Amino acid sequence: MKSLLECQGLTKKYNNFYALSNLDLTLEKGQIVGLLGPNGSGKTTLIKLINGLLVPTDGRVMVESMAPGVETKKIISYLPERSSVSEHMRVKDIIAYFADFYDNFNVERANAMFKDLEIDTHARMRTLSKGTKEKVQLILVMSRDAELYILDEPIGGVDPAARDYILHTILTNYNENATILISTHLITDIENVLDRVLFLQNGHLTLNETVDDIRTKWGKSVDALFREVFKC
Amino acid sequence: MPWDLDNDRPIYLQLMERIQQDIIAGVYKPGDKLPSVRDLALDAAVNPNTMQKALSELERSGLVYSQRTSGRFITEDEKMLKNMKLELASEHIHQFLEKMELLGFEEEETLELIQKALKGDN
Repeated sequence: MKSLLECQGLTKKYNNFYALSNLDLTLEKGQIVGLLGPNGSGKTTLIKLINGLLVPTDGRVMVESMAPGVETKKIISYLPERSSVSEHMRVKDIIAYFADFYDNFNVERANAMFKDLEIDTHARMRTLSKGTKEKVQLILVMSRDAELYILDEPIGGVDPAARDYILHTILTNYNENATILISTHLITDIENVLDRVLFLQNGHLTLNETVDDIRTKWGKSVDALFREVFKC
Repeated sequence: MPWDLDNDRPIYLQLMERIQQDIIAGVYKPGDKLPSVRDLALDAAVNPNTMQKALSELERSGLVYSQRTSGRFITEDEKMLKNMKLELASEHIHQFLEKMELLGFEEEETLELIQKALKGDN
Protein backbone atom coordinates (compact mmCIF):
# COMPACT_ATOMS: atom_id res chain seq x y z
CA MET A 1 0.00 0.00 0.00
CA LYS A 2 1.11 3.51 -0.75
CA SER A 3 1.05 6.11 1.97
CA LEU A 4 -1.13 9.14 1.48
CA LEU A 5 -0.32 11.15 4.56
CA GLU A 6 2.94 11.29 6.43
CA CYS A 7 3.69 13.23 9.59
CA GLN A 8 7.23 13.20 10.97
CA GLY A 9 8.06 14.68 14.34
CA LEU A 10 5.14 17.02 13.84
CA THR A 11 5.03 19.61 16.62
CA LYS A 12 2.89 22.68 17.22
CA LYS A 13 3.66 24.91 20.13
CA TYR A 14 1.65 27.90 21.35
CA ASN A 15 3.93 29.88 23.69
CA ASN A 16 4.85 27.21 26.20
CA PHE A 17 1.96 24.90 25.41
CA TYR A 18 2.48 21.91 23.13
CA ALA A 19 -0.75 21.37 21.20
CA LEU A 20 0.99 18.54 19.32
CA SER A 21 4.34 17.12 20.18
CA ASN A 22 6.60 15.00 18.04
CA LEU A 23 3.83 13.16 16.24
CA ASP A 24 4.73 10.42 13.77
CA LEU A 25 1.89 9.11 11.67
CA THR A 26 1.46 7.42 8.30
CA LEU A 27 -1.93 6.84 6.73
CA GLU A 28 -2.41 4.46 3.81
CA LYS A 29 -4.84 4.84 0.96
CA GLY A 30 -8.23 3.21 1.15
CA GLN A 31 -8.96 3.53 4.83
CA ILE A 32 -11.57 5.14 7.02
CA VAL A 33 -9.79 6.43 10.09
CA GLY A 34 -11.24 7.79 13.32
CA LEU A 35 -9.32 10.57 15.05
CA LEU A 36 -10.35 10.38 18.68
CA GLY A 37 -9.40 12.21 21.82
CA PRO A 38 -10.87 14.36 24.56
CA ASN A 39 -11.35 18.11 24.15
CA GLY A 40 -8.08 19.92 23.76
CA SER A 41 -6.07 16.82 22.84
CA GLY A 42 -4.87 18.26 19.54
CA LYS A 43 -7.31 16.82 16.99
CA THR A 44 -8.18 20.09 15.30
CA THR A 45 -4.57 21.29 15.48
CA LEU A 46 -3.48 18.17 13.58
CA ILE A 47 -6.25 18.64 11.04
CA LYS A 48 -5.34 22.30 10.50
CA LEU A 49 -1.68 21.40 10.04
CA ILE A 50 -2.59 18.83 7.38
CA ASN A 51 -4.69 21.45 5.62
CA GLY A 52 -1.97 24.06 5.73
CA LEU A 53 -3.99 26.38 7.96
CA LEU A 54 -1.29 26.22 10.61
CA VAL A 55 2.46 26.08 10.21
CA PRO A 56 4.31 23.46 12.27
CA THR A 57 6.72 24.62 14.95
CA ASP A 58 8.83 21.60 14.15
CA GLY A 59 8.69 18.46 12.02
CA ARG A 60 6.71 18.15 8.82
CA VAL A 61 3.52 16.93 7.24
CA MET A 62 3.35 15.57 3.69
CA VAL A 63 0.32 14.70 1.59
CA GLU A 64 1.15 12.54 -1.41
CA SER A 65 4.77 13.58 -0.79
CA MET A 66 3.85 17.27 -1.06
CA ALA A 67 3.94 19.92 1.64
CA PRO A 68 0.49 21.46 2.24
CA GLY A 69 -0.29 24.03 -0.44
CA VAL A 70 -2.35 24.61 -3.56
CA GLU A 71 -1.66 21.14 -4.96
CA THR A 72 -2.64 19.31 -1.76
CA LYS A 73 -5.82 21.39 -1.43
CA LYS A 74 -6.91 19.99 -4.79
CA ILE A 75 -6.89 16.47 -3.42
CA ILE A 76 -8.06 17.12 0.13
CA SER A 77 -11.73 17.70 0.81
CA TYR A 78 -11.99 19.35 4.20
CA LEU A 79 -14.97 19.88 6.47
CA PRO A 80 -13.91 22.44 9.09
CA GLU A 81 -15.30 22.40 12.61
CA ARG A 82 -16.92 25.77 12.04
CA SER A 83 -19.00 26.86 9.08
CA SER A 84 -16.98 28.00 6.11
CA VAL A 85 -19.77 29.17 3.83
CA SER A 86 -21.46 32.55 3.76
CA GLU A 87 -24.71 32.77 5.65
CA HIS A 88 -26.34 35.02 3.07
CA MET A 89 -25.84 32.65 0.15
CA ARG A 90 -28.46 30.30 -1.19
CA VAL A 91 -27.60 26.59 -1.18
CA LYS A 92 -27.75 26.43 -4.97
CA ASP A 93 -25.30 29.34 -5.26
CA ILE A 94 -22.92 27.57 -2.91
CA ILE A 95 -23.16 24.46 -5.08
CA ALA A 96 -22.26 26.56 -8.13
CA TYR A 97 -19.44 28.16 -6.15
CA PHE A 98 -17.99 24.78 -5.19
CA ALA A 99 -18.39 23.46 -8.74
CA ASP A 100 -16.52 26.49 -10.01
CA PHE A 101 -13.83 26.26 -7.37
CA TYR A 102 -13.05 22.55 -7.42
CA ASP A 103 -12.36 20.55 -10.57
CA ASN A 104 -13.35 17.35 -8.82
CA PHE A 105 -16.75 18.54 -7.57
CA ASN A 106 -19.60 16.29 -8.70
CA VAL A 107 -22.76 18.39 -9.06
CA GLU A 108 -25.08 15.43 -9.77
CA ARG A 109 -23.96 13.66 -6.64
CA ALA A 110 -24.51 16.78 -4.56
CA ASN A 111 -27.98 17.37 -5.97
CA ALA A 112 -28.96 13.74 -5.42
CA MET A 113 -27.98 14.01 -1.76
CA PHE A 114 -29.79 17.32 -1.26
CA LYS A 115 -32.87 15.69 -2.70
CA ASP A 116 -32.54 12.60 -0.48
CA LEU A 117 -32.29 14.77 2.61
CA GLU A 118 -35.09 17.04 1.37
CA ILE A 119 -33.02 20.20 1.62
CA ASP A 120 -34.39 23.12 -0.36
CA THR A 121 -31.49 24.38 -2.45
CA HIS A 122 -33.22 27.74 -2.91
CA ALA A 123 -33.01 28.46 0.81
CA ARG A 124 -30.43 30.85 2.16
CA MET A 125 -27.97 29.38 4.63
CA ARG A 126 -29.01 31.67 7.48
CA THR A 127 -32.60 30.43 7.31
CA LEU A 128 -31.54 26.81 7.90
CA SER A 129 -31.31 25.07 11.25
CA LYS A 130 -27.92 24.20 12.74
CA GLY A 131 -28.28 20.52 11.80
CA THR A 132 -29.34 21.31 8.25
CA LYS A 133 -26.40 23.67 7.81
CA GLU A 134 -24.10 20.85 8.88
CA LYS A 135 -25.71 18.53 6.39
CA VAL A 136 -25.27 21.06 3.58
CA GLN A 137 -21.57 21.39 4.29
CA LEU A 138 -21.03 17.69 4.62
CA ILE A 139 -22.77 17.06 1.29
CA LEU A 140 -20.55 19.65 -0.37
CA VAL A 141 -17.43 18.08 1.06
CA MET A 142 -18.46 14.51 0.19
CA SER A 143 -19.41 15.52 -3.36
CA ARG A 144 -15.80 16.04 -4.32
CA ASP A 145 -13.80 13.16 -5.77
CA ALA A 146 -10.94 13.72 -3.39
CA GLU A 147 -8.11 11.48 -2.26
CA LEU A 148 -8.27 12.54 1.36
CA TYR A 149 -11.45 13.59 3.11
CA ILE A 150 -10.93 15.27 6.45
CA LEU A 151 -14.08 15.66 8.48
CA ASP A 152 -13.80 17.60 11.73
CA GLU A 153 -16.81 16.68 13.88
CA PRO A 154 -19.16 15.97 10.96
CA ILE A 155 -22.14 14.46 12.74
CA GLY A 156 -22.34 16.28 16.06
CA GLY A 157 -25.42 18.35 15.38
CA VAL A 158 -27.51 16.11 13.15
CA ASP A 159 -30.29 13.80 14.26
CA PRO A 160 -29.72 10.02 14.45
CA ALA A 161 -31.66 9.27 11.25
CA ALA A 162 -29.64 11.78 9.26
CA ARG A 163 -26.51 10.43 10.92
CA ASP A 164 -27.32 6.99 9.50
CA TYR A 165 -27.84 8.53 6.08
CA ILE A 166 -24.54 10.37 6.33
CA LEU A 167 -22.63 7.23 7.31
CA HIS A 168 -24.36 5.45 4.47
CA THR A 169 -23.26 8.27 2.18
CA ILE A 170 -19.69 7.98 3.37
CA LEU A 171 -19.75 4.23 2.68
CA THR A 172 -21.42 4.67 -0.70
CA ASN A 173 -18.97 7.29 -1.90
CA TYR A 174 -16.02 5.55 -0.39
CA ASN A 175 -13.60 4.26 -2.96
CA GLU A 176 -10.58 2.12 -2.39
CA ASN A 177 -8.14 4.88 -3.32
CA ALA A 178 -9.55 7.45 -0.95
CA THR A 179 -8.87 7.85 2.73
CA ILE A 180 -11.29 9.44 5.14
CA LEU A 181 -10.12 10.95 8.42
CA ILE A 182 -12.99 11.64 10.81
CA SER A 183 -12.67 13.42 14.12
CA THR A 184 -15.62 12.80 16.41
CA HIS A 185 -16.83 12.16 19.92
CA LEU A 186 -19.67 9.94 18.72
CA ILE A 187 -17.58 6.80 18.63
CA THR A 188 -20.35 4.22 18.94
CA ASP A 189 -22.13 5.66 15.92
CA ILE A 190 -19.15 5.33 13.61
CA GLU A 191 -17.17 2.46 15.10
CA ASN A 192 -18.42 -0.11 12.59
CA VAL A 193 -17.43 1.94 9.57
CA LEU A 194 -13.87 2.60 10.71
CA ASP A 195 -10.79 0.62 9.71
CA ARG A 196 -8.58 2.12 12.30
CA VAL A 197 -8.61 4.58 15.16
CA LEU A 198 -6.06 7.05 16.47
CA PHE A 199 -6.11 8.21 20.08
CA LEU A 200 -4.67 11.63 20.78
CA GLN A 201 -3.83 12.50 24.36
CA ASN A 202 -2.31 15.86 25.32
CA GLY A 203 -0.82 16.26 21.86
CA HIS A 204 0.64 12.75 21.75
CA LEU A 205 -0.48 9.88 19.55
CA THR A 206 -1.08 7.14 22.12
CA LEU A 207 -2.86 4.51 20.05
CA ASN A 208 -2.99 3.58 16.38
CA GLU A 209 -4.83 0.27 15.88
CA THR A 210 -7.51 -1.30 13.74
CA VAL A 211 -10.95 -1.57 15.31
CA ASP A 212 -10.89 -5.36 15.17
CA ASP A 213 -7.41 -5.54 16.71
CA ILE A 214 -8.66 -3.41 19.60
CA ARG A 215 -11.62 -5.73 20.09
CA THR A 216 -9.37 -8.79 19.90
CA LYS A 217 -6.73 -7.41 22.29
CA TRP A 218 -8.93 -5.72 24.85
CA GLY A 219 -12.19 -7.61 24.35
CA LYS A 220 -14.11 -4.37 24.27
CA SER A 221 -15.38 -1.78 21.86
CA VAL A 222 -13.39 1.31 20.89
CA ASP A 223 -15.98 3.36 22.75
CA ALA A 224 -15.46 1.35 25.94
CA LEU A 225 -11.68 1.55 25.58
CA PHE A 226 -11.88 5.30 25.06
CA ARG A 227 -13.93 5.72 28.24
CA GLU A 228 -11.38 3.69 30.14
CA VAL A 229 -8.26 5.42 28.77
CA PHE A 230 -9.66 8.94 29.12
CA LYS A 231 -11.56 8.44 32.36
CA CYS A 232 -11.94 11.77 34.15
CA MET B 1 -31.27 -2.29 8.01
CA PRO B 2 -27.78 -2.43 9.60
CA TRP B 3 -26.85 -5.84 10.97
CA ASP B 4 -27.14 -6.34 14.68
CA LEU B 5 -23.55 -6.51 15.95
CA ASP B 6 -22.08 -6.86 19.44
CA ASN B 7 -19.74 -4.20 20.74
CA ASP B 8 -17.07 -6.32 22.31
CA ARG B 9 -16.15 -8.87 19.65
CA PRO B 10 -14.22 -8.36 16.40
CA ILE B 11 -16.58 -7.17 13.70
CA TYR B 12 -15.27 -9.46 10.95
CA LEU B 13 -16.00 -12.54 13.09
CA GLN B 14 -19.57 -11.42 13.59
CA LEU B 15 -19.96 -10.78 9.87
CA MET B 16 -18.69 -14.31 9.19
CA GLU B 17 -21.17 -15.76 11.68
CA ARG B 18 -24.01 -13.80 10.21
CA ILE B 19 -23.25 -14.97 6.66
CA GLN B 20 -22.90 -18.57 7.87
CA GLN B 21 -26.24 -18.20 9.61
CA ASP B 22 -27.79 -16.87 6.40
CA ILE B 23 -26.41 -19.81 4.46
CA ILE B 24 -27.84 -22.31 6.94
CA ALA B 25 -31.16 -20.50 7.07
CA GLY B 26 -31.34 -20.77 3.29
CA VAL B 27 -31.12 -17.05 2.53
CA TYR B 28 -28.32 -18.16 0.21
CA LYS B 29 -28.53 -21.58 -1.43
CA PRO B 30 -25.59 -23.81 -2.36
CA GLY B 31 -24.04 -22.44 -5.54
CA ASP B 32 -25.68 -19.03 -5.13
CA LYS B 33 -23.71 -15.93 -5.91
CA LEU B 34 -23.06 -13.67 -2.94
CA PRO B 35 -23.70 -9.93 -3.29
CA SER B 36 -20.60 -7.78 -3.84
CA VAL B 37 -18.41 -6.69 -0.94
CA ARG B 38 -19.64 -3.14 -1.35
CA ASP B 39 -23.31 -4.12 -1.29
CA LEU B 40 -22.87 -6.40 1.70
CA ALA B 41 -20.90 -3.68 3.53
CA LEU B 42 -23.61 -1.12 2.80
CA ASP B 43 -26.33 -3.51 3.92
CA ALA B 44 -24.51 -4.27 7.16
CA ALA B 45 -23.40 -0.62 7.56
CA VAL B 46 -19.80 -1.66 8.12
CA ASN B 47 -16.44 -0.80 6.64
CA PRO B 48 -15.92 -2.48 3.23
CA ASN B 49 -12.42 -3.62 4.22
CA THR B 50 -13.87 -5.42 7.24
CA MET B 51 -16.45 -7.15 5.04
CA GLN B 52 -13.67 -8.08 2.64
CA LYS B 53 -11.79 -9.70 5.50
CA ALA B 54 -14.86 -11.67 6.62
CA LEU B 55 -15.38 -12.99 3.10
CA SER B 56 -11.71 -13.89 2.71
CA GLU B 57 -11.90 -15.88 5.94
CA LEU B 58 -15.04 -17.66 4.75
CA GLU B 59 -13.21 -18.42 1.56
CA ARG B 60 -10.31 -19.89 3.50
CA SER B 61 -12.72 -22.15 5.36
CA GLY B 62 -14.05 -23.33 2.00
CA LEU B 63 -17.58 -22.21 2.63
CA VAL B 64 -17.47 -19.73 -0.20
CA TYR B 65 -15.28 -19.75 -3.26
CA SER B 66 -14.44 -17.00 -5.67
CA GLN B 67 -14.36 -17.04 -9.40
CA ARG B 68 -11.92 -14.48 -10.54
CA THR B 69 -14.14 -12.35 -12.69
CA SER B 70 -17.63 -13.18 -11.62
CA GLY B 71 -17.62 -12.91 -7.84
CA ARG B 72 -18.08 -15.14 -4.81
CA PHE B 73 -20.30 -18.19 -4.60
CA ILE B 74 -21.59 -20.44 -1.83
CA THR B 75 -20.02 -23.88 -1.85
CA GLU B 76 -22.02 -26.70 -3.40
CA ASP B 77 -20.39 -29.18 -1.07
CA GLU B 78 -23.52 -30.33 0.79
CA LYS B 79 -21.45 -32.36 3.20
CA MET B 80 -19.52 -29.30 4.30
CA LEU B 81 -22.74 -27.34 4.78
CA LYS B 82 -24.22 -30.17 6.82
CA ASN B 83 -21.10 -30.36 8.97
CA MET B 84 -21.22 -26.64 9.60
CA LYS B 85 -24.84 -26.92 10.64
CA LEU B 86 -24.00 -29.74 13.05
CA GLU B 87 -21.07 -27.77 14.46
CA LEU B 88 -23.25 -24.77 15.15
CA ALA B 89 -25.91 -26.99 16.72
CA SER B 90 -23.32 -28.54 18.98
CA GLU B 91 -22.13 -25.07 20.04
CA HIS B 92 -25.66 -24.03 20.96
CA ILE B 93 -26.23 -27.23 22.90
CA HIS B 94 -23.03 -26.84 24.88
CA GLN B 95 -23.89 -23.27 25.78
CA PHE B 96 -27.30 -24.41 26.90
CA LEU B 97 -25.88 -27.25 28.98
CA GLU B 98 -23.43 -24.91 30.68
CA LYS B 99 -26.25 -22.59 31.66
CA MET B 100 -28.33 -25.48 33.02
CA GLU B 101 -25.33 -26.62 35.03
CA LEU B 102 -25.00 -23.13 36.47
CA LEU B 103 -28.63 -23.37 37.53
CA GLY B 104 -27.75 -26.58 39.36
CA PHE B 105 -29.45 -29.18 37.18
CA GLU B 106 -28.00 -32.66 36.73
CA GLU B 107 -27.75 -33.90 33.15
CA GLU B 108 -30.66 -36.28 33.59
CA GLU B 109 -32.88 -33.59 35.05
CA THR B 110 -32.02 -31.35 32.12
CA LEU B 111 -32.89 -34.12 29.69
CA GLU B 112 -36.22 -34.65 31.44
CA LEU B 113 -36.98 -30.93 31.25
CA ILE B 114 -36.19 -30.90 27.55
CA GLN B 115 -38.46 -33.85 26.90
CA LYS B 116 -41.24 -32.19 28.85
CA ALA B 117 -40.78 -28.94 26.93
CA LEU B 118 -40.88 -30.82 23.62
CA LYS B 119 -44.15 -32.47 24.61
CA GLY B 120 -45.46 -29.02 25.30
CA ASP B 121 -46.29 -29.30 29.00
CA ASN B 122 -44.24 -27.26 31.40
